Amino acid sequence: MRQTFVDTTTELLAADPRTAVVLADISADAFAPAMRRHPERVLNVGIREQLMTSVAGGLALTGLRPFVHSYAPFLVDRAYEQIKLDLGHQDVGAVLVSIGASYDGSAEGYTHQSPGDVELLDTLDGWTVHVPGHAGEVAALLRAAAGHDDRVYVRLSEQENSQAYPDGGRLRVIRQGGPLVVAVGPMLDPVLEATRDLDVTVAYTNTPRPLDAEGLRLMAEGELVLVEPYLAGTSARQVAEALNGIPHRVLHLGVGRAEVRRYGSWQDHARAHGLDAAGLRTRIAEFLW
Amino acid sequence: MTVTAPPADPLRPLIRRLTGDEKHDASSHSTLDVLWVLYDRVLRITPETADAPDRDRFLLSKGHGPAAYYAVLAAKGFFPAEWLDDLGGWDSPLGHHPDRVRIPGVEVGTGSLGHGLGLAVGVALGLRAQGEQARTFVLVGDAELDEGSNHEAIAYAAAIRLPLTAIVIDNQSATHGWPGGIAARFPGWDAALVDGRDREQIEYALVKPHHDRPNLVLAAVEPKWSNR
Repeated sequence: MRQTFVDTTTELLAADPRTAVVLADISADAFAPAMRRHPERVLNVGIREQLMTSVAGGLALTGLRPFVHSYAPFLVDRAYEQIKLDLGHQDVGAVLVSIGASYDGSAEGYTHQSPGDVELLDTLDGWTVHVPGHAGEVAALLRAAAGHDDRVYVRLSEQENSQAYPDGGRLRVIRQGGPLVVAVGPMLDPVLEATRDLDVTVAYTNTPRPLDAEGLRLMAEGELVLVEPYLAGTSARQVAEALNGIPHRVLHLGVGRAEVRRYGSWQDHARAHGLDAAGLRTRIAEFLW
Repeated sequence: MTVTAPPADPLRPLIRRLTGDEKHDASSHSTLDVLWVLYDRVLRITPETADAPDRDRFLLSKGHGPAAYYAVLAAKGFFPAEWLDDLGGWDSPLGHHPDRVRIPGVEVGTGSLGHGLGLAVGVALGLRAQGEQARTFVLVGDAELDEGSNHEAIAYAAAIRLPLTAIVIDNQSATHGWPGGIAARFPGWDAALVDGRDREQIEYALVKPHHDRPNLVLAAVEPKWSNR
């Protein structure tokens, strides 16, 4: 996914003079050719994430379209006030593109993990959030984001589904059956495996913000499970608003709040949070039957 | 220091209309002469060109105590002087910190300290990337320099030799001061120390061209707490 991001953004830099990239050392090597070609629009500020976001705000104030990139905890958690004030309060936008997700940095530890990034952005107004489940979905999301001035967050991860769904912007039914299970981004493959012999409808989206409320109202029939690759319950408010007035039970699955002080692989962390196929199956089956 | 606000100064009656902002009174006046020189003699911007892509940019990073800023903008016709009578009111565009979305001529909304310098670096880079010759100025307070975000911007601007001008109003309001001097915190910058009440000195330092490095104008005014 990161390579797709680098390739697509490099193409955008050549095609659209409004495109700019602001980095804080992370991925600077990958952008080196683009930086040589567009030295005034590919900017590496060094290990200065507050400045990275402020610079993006300043670029946007002059009419450019900045793409801002780092590890999720440095991009979102660390520079939260810059996101709030130097983008939102100035009434300008940017495209924030993170890597690392909730626990790609499994061996790096909690300092390199951001399970709360989407929940942090939920405290702010006007953010579109994309969580692509496959590298094949990334380019189209980035190109669309380059074409306007709104605030967009693209959350890339190493965990990927086996298949891309370019039409995943709204809820897309993958398998028709009984009660609805919604999988966000890379949660689709483990959800499909977990529910292989369960009578459920599985729907997918790579765009949890804005959440497809209309799709939810049409598909949810009293019972609903939402599986997200960041903090469990992040979308609880959006689901409640979408289903307001409709009697329903809902189970929110995602990353736990308690820090897992272990290393290993992302698969190990998925298992620890009950987000592997076996863990998902147990909790989904308990809830629905 | 010379006293440079004669009785006929058009700004004093305008500032007096801004009665709602007592808390930041001293700091609001510390910026008065610098702001007047900027808008009267330096910046290529008028109410008619407030949105022109090639206008000079001035960012007030130190957004608290904006009375002097509002008075200067009103004196220059960016908004009606009547607005000054309802500072912080429900129906007023003028808050105790400026909002760029509400006030013509205001480039950035500030209040939380330590945001303007980084934004100014981005603005200067954005103008340069688009071939604009417009200049970028940003005003910071000496106490505001406590915020670490400033030092990210100071170091990067020096490293890339970015020609923008930062004005630091020094009224000695930083709790722990700046032993060794404020200019020493701006390595790689040109630095000029001026009397923040001497409009000739201020103008000279602000219009001096700087093409290949950032420019610091350190404007000293009366200490915020005279009993220190």
